[in-house]
Amino acid sequence: MKRLIHSLRELAHYPSVIIGLVIIATLVGLALYAVIKIPYSEAVRLWRGGPEVWGETPRLAAPAWYNYFSKIKQSETFVLDSRDPEASSKTAEILSPDSQYTTIRYTFDYPYDTFPLELTIYFQAKYREKTPHASLTWLTPDGREIRLGQLSVRTDEVYRLSLDDRLTRRLKGVPAHQGLFADPNSATLAPLKGTYVLQIGVSLFEEDSDVDARLVSYGQLYGLAGTDHRRRDLTVPLLWGIPIALAFGLLAAVGTTLSTMFIAAFGVWFSGWVDQLIQRITEVNMILPFLPILIMVGTFQSRSIAVMLGWVVLLSIFGSAIKNYRAIFMQIREAPYVEAAKAYGAGNVRIIVRYLIPRIIPIMLPSLVSAIPAYVFLEASLAVLGLGDPVLPTWGKVINEAYANGALHNGQYYWVLEPAILLMVAGLAFAMVGFALDRIFNPRLRGL
Amino acid sequence: MSQAAAPIGAGVAPQQVKKRGAPDTLVRVTKYTITRTVSLFVTVVIGVYLTILIANMGGHVDNIRRSQIREAIGAASMTPEIRRMPVEERNAWIAALIQVEEERLGLDQPFIIRSFRFLGNALTLNLGRSEYVISDTGSRFVRNIVLERLPATLVLMATSNLLLFFVSVFFALYLSRNYGSVLDKMIIALSPTSAAPAWFYGLFLILIFAGLLGVLPFGGMVKAPPPDDKLSYALSLLRHMILPVSAWIMSGIFSSIYGWRTFFLIFSSEDYVEMAKAKGLSSREIERRYILRPTLPNIITSFMLMMIRLWAGAIILETVFNWPGLGKLFYQAIGQYDTPVIVGNAVIYAYLLAITVFLLDFLYALVDPRVKVGS
Repeated sequence: MKRLIHSLRELAHYPSVIIGLVIIATLVGLALYAVIKIPYSEAVRLWRGGPEVWGETPRLAAPAWYNYFSKIKQSETFVLDSRDPEASSKTAEILSPDSQYTTIRYTFDYPYDTFPLELTIYFQAKYREKTPHASLTWLTPDGREIRLGQLSVRTDEVYRLSLDDRLTRRLKGVPAHQGLFADPNSATLAPLKGTYVLQIGVSLFEEDSDVDARLVSYGQLYGLAGTDHRRRDLTVPLLWGIPIALAFGLLAAVGTTLSTMFIAAFGVWFSGWVDQLIQRITEVNMILPFLPILIMVGTFQSRSIAVMLGWVVLLSIFGSAIKNYRAIFMQIREAPYVEAAKAYGAGNVRIIVRYLIPRIIPIMLPSLVSAIPAYVFLEASLAVLGLGDPVLPTWGKVINEAYANGALHNGQYYWVLEPAILLMVAGLAFAMVGFALDRIFNPRLRGL
Repeated sequence: MSQAAAPIGAGVAPQQVKKRGAPDTLVRVTKYTITRTVSLFVTVVIGVYLTILIANMGGHVDNIRRSQIREAIGAASMTPEIRRMPVEERNAWIAALIQVEEERLGLDQPFIIRSFRFLGNALTLNLGRSEYVISDTGSRFVRNIVLERLPATLVLMATSNLLLFFVSVFFALYLSRNYGSVLDKMIIALSPTSAAPAWFYGLFLILIFAGLLGVLPFGGMVKAPPPDDKLSYALSLLRHMILPVSAWIMSGIFSSIYGWRTFFLIFSSEDYVEMAKAKGLSSREIERRYILRPTLPNIITSFMLMMIRLWAGAIILETVFNWPGLGKLFYQAIGQYDTPVIVGNAVIYAYLLAITVFLLDFLYALVDPRVKVGS
């Protein structure tokens, strides 16, 4: 035990261990943050939800930080809500007891070099019988005033500016998301930078009737991580992928390594037919095709990550590591202190648990830590084959979907790179720590 | 195999072995081979049988196939004549058709009986007919489909692995001579990168060389349409192989070199190596006779373990690179839910693993004089 603690202290001398541990700690922190900030049901809803969940995000938008690295500033996605006093001003004018006129005014800067992809206004109206009536006006930085359209606002009215044919005609055939921002003096279609104003005047015909509106400009860029082909914000799977990857890697590695160790110890201690049986099972297991069996499980039985984890552990228990442990246990079995334990009448279980197992922990620990990245990548590999968990958002699923939708062909590199880099960082962190542990605990590697 | 699979770390200390006569070796290897063949055959039978049991998933696959039959017959019974029949007569007609079809596929027998028939079929490579996947020559026999794909996998994986193996062994020998150099330290620092599988590096390689630079193809085995003459076919094949082979090597090279380097270092501190040095032998001589020769069994063991990993790694690498091999076939079959192809493929993988183990066992017995039957 003392040696173990001493060896652990030695870890501090390895810079790679420090880096690895810092990364692991950060990942664990992020995992906790993800699980607390976005509870499981919310994560599943955001991932599987449907159009009503992802309605306000653009399709296939790159992350917003692209603009820091590029000369051409691409349009970012922004949402202006009339309930947010910073984004808009809302004034109400009471004309008569049961009629009022509300003005919602959004003032915003448009500093981008490209047009947004779509422009949509989502209304939320409160009324009993008489629907409110809205008229919209657009003011450009150079002082032009463009009449948009008039509409009666039902409870969940959606006004898609680019689909308004009359507006398009008024803008000389250019769809609204381009025409409203276009510079009239430019020979080519280019946006005019500056401060725009959208004014929505709403006539309300009932006493406690009210209207709120959200202007959504769908840009080419969105948020921290961008979005995928189904408008899903990628921060959700990237964040939620952390706890899933860590849990899968850790559970699989611990489950496999511990059970392999115990089985090897039992085999060596009881020897005879127990040992023979374990040896034969290991040989058969070596011939069993690991990944094809997982594929069959995924195709025929269930793609649930828990089922997969169970099969992974089951198939890995009798792996080649069992031979490794067996060889070491064979040596330990002959040690005098085991002889002494037998002499004082220690039972089989006591000898295995208290005398055999502790001696192998220094060898087991590095292999356990080094096994974690392998299982993290295995989960991703299964997802890449299309056998990812159907419900949970994971890194592998993002890579799979990106790959299947031709992200590499179409230049949507962020879609592949973000989960891939996270995978890489997580895998490397564990690999570095495991590697250093191996060098410390494995006496044959000392000083090499 | 208990001998063959002994890992490097726990390696048995090499001893000087006195020379034996050739006939002795022959008898020993023959005896060993025969025993191994028998025991490996038993292992294969059990392995394949387990694969079949797992593939059936406790009757789940049978249910899938039953519903498929029902659906197919239901769809086929939509002809006007059958529709004009009275309801009972039509239902009886459909039920009879379903029963005939189930009998034809043997679904009326209990699974335990069928599983042994499957085993027999699988062992004789009688893998049945596919449901959707068709081979390039138009065959629907799973065996033909699989055999057609096998060469592509072998070309890719054999190239990758042989390159990886020899480069890393010889580079490691070089490093063990220059132990402690900057290069040596760099390899140590880089070796954790091998935690990522080949397909993962493949994604990056595709992104850079196919996506950004556009100098190499995204995937596939030869350009379409395939060139006619052999030379340009080979060139096109080579061009398509660059990225997958590099991905495979990138993912394995550093830890492989590190492993071998450490292994050689351990062995070069043995007394008999010191002795050879003291005798004044050249470093080449020492490497060949005192380091490589006694470590050969371990090298072979490691090669075998690498080959076993290869078969699994190939599945995803081929999928990512769209390489028309066994792995890609697997991916295709999953997508189309083609049960016979998936099961047949898994059986083939079990065979390939067994053959790998057997061949290397045989080699092992040839080079390691300590291997004896019953030892």
